[in-house]
Amino acid sequence: MSGIVAAIVGPGNIGTDLLAKLRRIDGIEVAYMVGVVESDGLARARELGVAASAGGVDWLLDRDPLPDIVFEATSASAHLANAPRYASAGIRAIDLTPAHVGPMVCPPVNLPEHLTAPNVSMITCGGQATIPIVHAVSRLVPVRYAEIVASVASRSAGPGTRANIDEFTHTTATAVESVGGAVRGKAIVILNPVEPPMIMRDTVYCAIPADADTGAIADSIHAMVAEVQRYVPGYELRADPQFDEPRAAWQGDGRVAVFLQVRGNGDYLPEYAGNLDIMTAAAARVGELVAQASAVQA
Amino acid sequence: MSAGPADSGAGVTGPRASAGPAGRGAGVTGPRASAGPAGRAPASNANGAGPVRQLRITDTTLRDGSHAMSHQFTEEQVRATVHALDAAGVAVIEVTHGDGLGGSSFNYGFSLTDEITLIAAGVAEARQARIAVLLVPGIGTMADLQAARDAGASVARIATHCTEADVSVQHFGIARDMGMETVGFLMMAHRTSPAELARQARIMVDAGAQCVYCVDSAGALMLAGAQDRVQALIGEIGAQAQVGFHGHQNLALGVANSVLAYQGGALQIDGSLCGLGAGAGNAPTEVLAATFDRLGISTGLDLQGLLAAADDVVKPYLPRLPWTDRAAIVQGYAGVYSSFLLHAEHAAQRYGVPVYDILDRVAQYGYVGGQEDMLIDVALQLAREQEQAGAAR
Repeated sequence: MSGIVAAIVGPGNIGTDLLAKLRRIDGIEVAYMVGVVESDGLARARELGVAASAGGVDWLLDRDPLPDIVFEATSASAHLANAPRYASAGIRAIDLTPAHVGPMVCPPVNLPEHLTAPNVSMITCGGQATIPIVHAVSRLVPVRYAEIVASVASRSAGPGTRANIDEFTHTTATAVESVGGAVRGKAIVILNPVEPPMIMRDTVYCAIPADADTGAIADSIHAMVAEVQRYVPGYELRADPQFDEPRAAWQGDGRVAVFLQVRGNGDYLPEYAGNLDIMTAAAARVGELVAQASAVQA
Repeated sequence: MSAGPADSGAGVTGPRASAGPAGRGAGVTGPRASAGPAGRAPASNANGAGPVRQLRITDTTLRDGSHAMSHQFTEEQVRATVHALDAAGVAVIEVTHGDGLGGSSFNYGFSLTDEITLIAAGVAEARQARIAVLLVPGIGTMADLQAARDAGASVARIATHCTEADVSVQHFGIARDMGMETVGFLMMAHRTSPAELARQARIMVDAGAQCVYCVDSAGALMLAGAQDRVQALIGEIGAQAQVGFHGHQNLALGVANSVLAYQGGALQIDGSLCGLGAGAGNAPTEVLAATFDRLGISTGLDLQGLLAAADDVVKPYLPRLPWTDRAAIVQGYAGVYSSFLLHAEHAAQRYGVPVYDILDRVAQYGYVGGQEDMLIDVALQLAREQEQAGAAR
């Protein structure tokens, strides 16, 4: 085996889906799956030949070799406790929880800046789906305000998200600004219980200057969608970007509206749960690029 | 202020005799005193209540009506409306963007005047009434609620889709900690069964809701549908919290459903002057007051004052009279969120497709409140289909 050694901490649905994705990536060997109680997720990992234990991070830090990189798919509080231990062991952390210890990363937007960071945060599912589009606009014109609406199937919204939905909207809005490049960001999330479950949908609205080159913006958006499709094949535009004329109510700005659908890859999670899939896919993408960078260094 | 002997119509059901507080003013403000974490779950309305059953009409002209106004309320309109409602004895007046706190957006429409300014104006204008705000978790946040509280709002109405009550738990906790009266709002109630609605209401009450509404957002509940849901809520939460009903007029049943809700034990009913609200509008406050008066059910409201408020204050600023037009009827018939109406009209106009086709498609897809962006998506889809059909011809 060559490449970097990885561990997944948190053997739930997310961790199991992530394992399936990472196993397809050259240059990453998932050696460890870690939980705190015996679970189906640990059993599934063992079936795939991964060393799996309910011994928690204590067990992980006793391994030889230690992992180069750990994917945290537990909870914010668990990651807050674990992060310093990974750091002191020299293990790089890719954090899928809402703990946000490290810089927020969206692979096609700012990963190169953070490729060597000891800890990176995967933001939120809505952030991973929409920030590339905000960036595709803001790299051409100033975006005074961007707003994203994420609609997810009720079944794909776990208890953690439900108990703290404000955290989702707040974190996503912050990242629309700091990562997406909008001056001001707003995020809205809607849970829809319809059966069969709806596939994740995201809408991105950006205010654009009255004289913006709409053709160039549309091209930039299409190029970005292709970039995201490299790691999320089910990421697609529902229609061409829609441009609205400037309005006084929009402080003289015009608007571009982008309608996205995120169909999951169906690795372990159901296809409709594009919101969860885009998190594991983005995390796997970070792992892939980190592995490539270390291969170059070696 | 007794509920009076003349409860004509359907039979009086058990829960109401023991349910509520003694009257407006005292009312559900009682639990606020004990609203610390210990007093939070479950909420108790026990307030030395006798057998009196006081119906409280909450007016939402300045919140649900915001949809019909495309969120263009001015401070003057808010002041005049609050002044008239307050003078007519309305105890709770809701003032917020139509989609709740933080609703001012591309997706729902930007407010002409910041809602916190409007809330503060309402608070300043009200002598006896208290100002309520709506919060839809996922759209607004606890920070928005804090800002509304700081502006003087004292009733927090926290809304979720009828099956998603658990996203509101943190907000009820915060609202109670801030000393606000709390109301849960289970929207699109036609989309789930009475039993499931009751389970969701239980989640809200355990989280600190002092009343839970059956909200007929689509104006789709057909009499017994409203009655059964209210009774299921009474059965589940009636011992600890009140039950409310919010009706729309898409099939012109808003007032009738409200009467049935009262008869089933509901103690809080929403209305809005001239019916100003989403879709074909709300159960009109002045019609509710007149109807309950005729039924011998005390609302404590001054009917003449409300009639004047509707006619002299609200009617002059209406952009159009709420009306059960083709699109609104489709909303009630197919069960579509009423607030989608104006957004669907805009998308229909822009993309050259019929508004009722958009709404019909939205019903098929089961979109819920907040998914206004999907109206554009559906319009684009219909326009493509039209084009393909044209090309094939």
